[in-house]
Amino acid sequence: MKTRLTTALAVGALGLTLTACGGDPTEGEKSATGTITVGSAAFPENEIIAEIYAQALEAKDVKVEKKLNIGAREAYIPALENGEIDLLPEYTGNLLLYVDKDATATAPDEVVTALGEALPEGLEILEVSEAEDKDSLNVTPEFSEQEGVKSIADLKKIDGLKVGANPEFKERPYGVPGMEKVYGITGVKFTPISDSGGPATLKALLDGKVDVANIYSTTPSILANDLVTLEDPENMIAAQQVVPLINSDKATDEVKEVLDGISAELTTQDLLDLNSKNQGKDKTAPAELAKQWLTDKGLI
Amino acid sequence: MSVVDDTIDWFADGSHWSGDDGVPIRLVEHLGYSALTVGVAATVAIPLGLWIGHTGRLRGVAVALTGSMRALPTLGLLTWFALFIPLGLTAPILALVILAIPPLLAGAYSGLESVDRQTIDAARAMGMTELQILTRVEIPLALPLIVGGIRSAVLQVVATATVAAYVGLGGIGRYIIDGQAVSDYPRMVSGSILVIALALVLDAVFVGLQKIAQGGRAPALSTSNA
Repeated sequence: MKTRLTTALAVGALGLTLTACGGDPTEGEKSATGTITVGSAAFPENEIIAEIYAQALEAKDVKVEKKLNIGAREAYIPALENGEIDLLPEYTGNLLLYVDKDATATAPDEVVTALGEALPEGLEILEVSEAEDKDSLNVTPEFSEQEGVKSIADLKKIDGLKVGANPEFKERPYGVPGMEKVYGITGVKFTPISDSGGPATLKALLDGKVDVANIYSTTPSILANDLVTLEDPENMIAAQQVVPLINSDKATDEVKEVLDGISAELTTQDLLDLNSKNQGKDKTAPAELAKQWLTDKGLI
Repeated sequence: MSVVDDTIDWFADGSHWSGDDGVPIRLVEHLGYSALTVGVAATVAIPLGLWIGHTGRLRGVAVALTGSMRALPTLGLLTWFALFIPLGLTAPILALVILAIPPLLAGAYSGLESVDRQTIDAARAMGMTELQILTRVEIPLALPLIVGGIRSAVLQVVATATVAAYVGLGGIGRYIIDGQAVSDYPRMVSGSILVIALALVLDAVFVGLQKIAQGGRAPALSTSNA
């Protein structure tokens, strides 16, 4: 039996792995000077917007490379900073919280101003769009009617409120702590469901396992199930306007003009439509959707 | 500032050792899910494996089926189950049971196959019934490999039970999944270390059990020689 030796080796290897954690896991090649490398986070909507950026730039003869689907901010912000990618569609509120953990701004303009100051050297945001994809608290139409709940403030009267959302909701200022601080809602029973308001969260809500579910505001299931999105009169949930985050070195006037043109046209309704087409029966690919959208808006 | 120092600090922080989200509770939850999973899987797989090993029937099917079950990604299964099974224990335990069945089944049938045919023939010649042959000759001789199957199943389940946290349950996976959600890497590393430590401790326990099952005998033939 070699088990003792194997165990010893395993423990040794573990030690080595931990020591190795100090290195930078995101090292990679920088993108070429004349080329803009467009990245995206690993979810379809972001990929669609990235495709919109990429195709609009290509149409203006800008050399574009694509590195889409790069996980979460922890992965792609470092990649932006070290020049592996140059441009990526972002959401103002969450980007602000990422670069400044203690940020308190939630209203749309405040967030943009705060971002201008908090972004790391070398990165900047361009014009924000009207389109917003943000956390939104949803209830079933039956629950809304029976309990008379239309706004987050109305949740205060419900004892033992059950909330389902991604795990970070338990700790973030727009989550359980915010519900208590901003709206005075206490005794929340929180169920973490790690699918970002996806099918499992929706099922928990429809099954009545949770009363309130956090589902992103541009998710087709909200419309499909007539869910009631609760109003947020106190701006507990920060604004999340779609905005191009770009490496300042690559933000030439020509590039800015193209991207600002897109931001001027993009709306929340567009995102909902694009997501519905992407996730609905047709499963239209992001590249195809981007092309259609740009053509419809007369941008290419 | 390194992850190593932060992780040591995480373990040193007393607040991480008490309350609903404390290490003791999470360890108990994790062990609970694992025990439940292996219990359910063993109830199904071991009798089936013994039957296959004793009769030699359906062996080809069992090998093919367990082989393909091993290839199923537990997290994928869990996500899929979560679409039609209400939130709770059922979906994650089911996904983990599917992970645990192949090693248990393989341990049981290959354990029986490893028993020397002449010994079984001798037992039969002595007038033992089939049930007596199974319980008094085959199972005792196959025990090291059966326990080996349980050991392998426990190890895989303990290492994978972190996925339960994906659908709102507890266990050590909470540290990994919640830590990732708020970019708290020390918490994730600590969770991983806890899982590894738990797996190693349990494995050591099973090494002991396997030795006991072995008794004073020479090791049974391995599956490849059977």
